[in-house]
Amino acid sequence: MDRNEIFEKVKKAVVEQLDVREEEITEESTFVQDLGADSLEVVEIVMALEEAFNIEIPDDEVDQIKTVGDAVNFIESKLKEKAGAE
Amino acid sequence: MSLEGRVAIVTGASRGIGRAIALELGRAGASVACLSSRQGGCSPLVAEIGEDRAADFACDNADVSAIEATVQAVVERFGAVHILVNNAGVARDALLLRMSVEAWDEVMNVNLRAAFAFTKACSRSMMKERWGRIVNLSSIVGLHGQAGQANYAASKAGLIGFTKSVAKELGSRGITCNAVAPGFIETEMTQNLPAEMREHVLNTAPLGRLGTPDDVAKVVRFLASDDSGYITGQTVVVDGGLTL
Repeated sequence: MDRNEIFEKVKKAVVEQLDVREEEITEESTFVQDLGADSLEVVEIVMALEEAFNIEIPDDEVDQIKTVGDAVNFIESKLKEKAGAE
Repeated sequence: MSLEGRVAIVTGASRGIGRAIALELGRAGASVACLSSRQGGCSPLVAEIGEDRAADFACDNADVSAIEATVQAVVERFGAVHILVNNAGVARDALLLRMSVEAWDEVMNVNLRAAFAFTKACSRSMMKERWGRIVNLSSIVGLHGQAGQANYAASKAGLIGFTKSVAKELGSRGITCNAVAPGFIETEMTQNLPAEMREHVLNTAPLGRLGTPDDVAKVVRFLASDDSGYITGQTVVVDGGLTL
């Protein structure tokens, strides 16, 4: 999966969870300030992404994910790790 | 008040109040995951509810990763979790001056920390379903204290603060979290109640008797149903009026 595909998938998950329009989402969008997610919604987005990509996002790493771009980066490296391990 | 289509986890289901709760939820139509500490501990119970709608799981409630694994196994078996009844509890009574740290830790881990671990693990499924019912079994001892039960009372009181917090956190997702505080109920745990204590209950409680596991189970069934959808963060005392 290339970076752009990951970004598209992340955007879809965010649109579903946060009821925002896809056009509003850029890599720089912060989940909390720009997209208006409350703490529970952040948890739900993380859960949705874990399922969409079949990866695990440990609690301490969730704190590092502030923007949509952060999420994409994280997922990209997790998928690379998985591919490397297989 | 049917629970058809709902999946429930009942911890400590092999005996006493837990067993009555599992049977009651089963009667209401729920699929019930019956948990106990021993492999096969709930097999007779599962047979009674019906193998198609019940399954028994062994779980060491002092082990948080075992709890996570068990909840995952339940979701795999039944597809989701809608109802969680944190009922499993132990007592290791001692006067404070003679209470060991081990006795304290054991009771806190099995009675309170396990409830935290189970609730955390189940909340995922409930949040996805946008529907959940969490019922925590506290005790009048948690509300009023009891000499010789500082650990048990602390764990049961802890469940109440936990209940209110979870209610506030998860309410927006259609999940309620309530506690039930039974009084003196006829089970193995109270079988060896000293005669004076038994007399005291019979003479003081307005309803003049000890409670039965079913008295508690029926309240849990209500709290596990759609009918209690506007009740959350509450502690329902089921003690025959003893502590009035």
